[in-house]
Amino acid sequence: MTADTTTRRVGVEPTAPDDTAPPTRKRRGDGRSALFYLAPSALVLVGVMGYPLYQLVQLSLYDYGQAQASGGAPLEFLGWGNYATLLGDGRFWTVLVQTCAFAGVCVLGSLAVGIGLAVLAGRVRTLPRMLLFLAALGAWATPAVAGSTVWLFLFDQDFGLVNEVLVGIGLHGFEGFSWTYDRYVAFGLVAGEVIWCSFPFVLVTMYAGIKAIPGEVLEAASLDGASTWRTAREVIMPMLRPLLVIATIQSIIWDFKIFTQIYVMTDGGGIAGQNLVLNVYAYQEAFAGSNYGLGSAIGVVMTILLLIITAIYLRAQRATGERT
Amino acid sequence: MKAWRPLAAATVAVLLTACGPPQVDRTGPQQDKRTGTLRVWLFDEANREPKETVVNKAVRQFEAAHADVTVDVRYIPVDSRSERFTGAFNDPSSAPDVAEFGNTDLASYVAADGFADLTGMLERWPAADDLSPSVLDTAKIDGKVHGVPWFTGIRALYYRTDVFTELGLEPPRTLDELVTTARRIRQARPDLYGISAGGKYHYAMMPFVWAAGGDIATRDNGSWTSALTGEAARRGVNTYASLISPGICPPAQCAGMTGTESVQAFAGGKAAMTIGGDFNRAAVDAGPVGDDYAVVPLPGYEAGSAAPAFAGGNLLGVMDSSDHSTLAREFIKVLAGKERQREMYEAMGNLPTFTDVQRRVAGDDPWIEPFIRSLQSGTRFVPATPAWSEIDAQEILPTMVQRIATGTDPKEATRRASEQLNAAFGD
Repeated sequence: MTADTTTRRVGVEPTAPDDTAPPTRKRRGDGRSALFYLAPSALVLVGVMGYPLYQLVQLSLYDYGQAQASGGAPLEFLGWGNYATLLGDGRFWTVLVQTCAFAGVCVLGSLAVGIGLAVLAGRVRTLPRMLLFLAALGAWATPAVAGSTVWLFLFDQDFGLVNEVLVGIGLHGFEGFSWTYDRYVAFGLVAGEVIWCSFPFVLVTMYAGIKAIPGEVLEAASLDGASTWRTAREVIMPMLRPLLVIATIQSIIWDFKIFTQIYVMTDGGGIAGQNLVLNVYAYQEAFAGSNYGLGSAIGVVMTILLLIITAIYLRAQRATGERT
Repeated sequence: MKAWRPLAAATVAVLLTACGPPQVDRTGPQQDKRTGTLRVWLFDEANREPKETVVNKAVRQFEAAHADVTVDVRYIPVDSRSERFTGAFNDPSSAPDVAEFGNTDLASYVAADGFADLTGMLERWPAADDLSPSVLDTAKIDGKVHGVPWFTGIRALYYRTDVFTELGLEPPRTLDELVTTARRIRQARPDLYGISAGGKYHYAMMPFVWAAGGDIATRDNGSWTSALTGEAARRGVNTYASLISPGICPPAQCAGMTGTESVQAFAGGKAAMTIGGDFNRAAVDAGPVGDDYAVVPLPGYEAGSAAPAFAGGNLLGVMDSSDHSTLAREFIKVLAGKERQREMYEAMGNLPTFTDVQRRVAGDDPWIEPFIRSLQSGTRFVPATPAWSEIDAQEILPTMVQRIATGTDPKEATRRASEQLNAAFGD
């Protein structure tokens, strides 16, 4: 026991109940100072996250449209009514499945591209590495709306560079080919854009992680006769795991919440709404349709889903982490 | 120590149910000031100058007649109008006194308690007797007028005279002929769309439904029900959707086109026909098509009949929260008066809403004659219910057309759209 903890214990002694055993008292004292240190950020979080979340949940329990907001109609408490409407709507389930599949493809895509390029960046000379990073950071820095619009220009059916090149190399089927007409082609195009603007985060994170692995460890592995694959799987990957977890969770959260790219590139959800994802759907319900109650319910469902996915992923990671 | 748990649960329950989401309090005393600043919101235009000239004239006239009154005119972008009006309804202190708004937004704005009842004002305004009845109908909710029609917009059939002469075609006399003519044009000229009528252009689709004798929805005992599954309505929807086909306007290009894009395709020389409004004249004149086009009323299913046109247009209303309500009404009489409407037509091409002004305008300018003819032969309107904004925003009708155009069975598509309409009406 250090002098520091002793003095702290003395400091909290008078307020602690007498019948408590010393170890508990110490833990409680630690808890209190932890609370004290966390208080400022807790205050900010309650202000900027807690209150809006509280309002979101509250709105989702009412029939709350523009007429109710501006006082033109009385409020009506629906309880779970909005949720029942939402879960009973086949469209919601289609959109949910679409969102999960789309986010899954985007997460895997950006992880694969990001990790692949990070490994590549660790093995090439300075100049190509610098060019790679410049290109990646350029994509990262591009605002989502601008990026989506540029992609649309590139893939324009009449004047787009991509169609011109494809026709130029002899693929005449691409003459006037519309990249946003077929559901899966449109989703593929948007996924391409999303991966393009989100892989740099994975690249930078993983590159930093790879660089932070001490040379001695790798040297030891090769001295022990480990193959490249074995080194990658059993030395590098475990050391990268914390970073990989962060990159994956971030990607899941980002890609599940995709709005801009779908909204801009498929013109608000595609032909007959075939390319809707949850966030665009919520926007249409809440703001375009002034149905704030139902829109909030979608928001709450999305928040819960994201929390569940993240929790499952974290648990799975911890479990595998303990095994290896 | 465990006592806090039920306590916290109770607190949360109370918070969730007792307080309720925020609402604007409308119980405060209402003032009616006769001096000060009158705030006016008008829509911004691609080329605002001609509109501004007419408005400024009205402002000078009004300020000269009312001492100690200044009129503050703001131009708000049409695209973000919904956010602006929502903000104005939710925060009366930042709201204008007089505002211009689209007649399809009227029902939801009135439900939000946004605009005052002007029925009494119109009864005491002699000029109001000359307002076109079908246009005035678009300003009424439950028989009460909530806005003065400032101008109206009518759509008709634009066609390329050079293409029609080259192929020896006559302008179609029925909607079925419209389909065959459009197909023949694309056969002979594969570089052109037979007619550019996009999947998201529901204001072009509705006249087809009305011409077939159907309707979008019908009203019975105060509640609306979808009429899209009716035989007649389905015929109209089908005819329109058949225009979005590889032989006329390929779905890959046309299914996602909006009204503006449809007209742009025509103005850009990519289509032989389109359904365009009187307000699209400047855009078409400025494009490569130039003078090589003419306009006829959109035909109906019987030869010689015209499809009922959709009566679009903008209204001027007094905000319910206004503390200058008398002055606001006086200003509307000036700005929406006969003289200014005529000037607005000359400046912007906006069709007047007074029948006598319409006749004078048509006499002076033969170009506008087909539109006036459509207008005076009877117009129709979207269901006058607050649900319309929601239906519009959720793109229920465009989705229906797009589904049929991309191969869904029309019965299934109209049934699904009907369900969605009824759900929106039911809210």
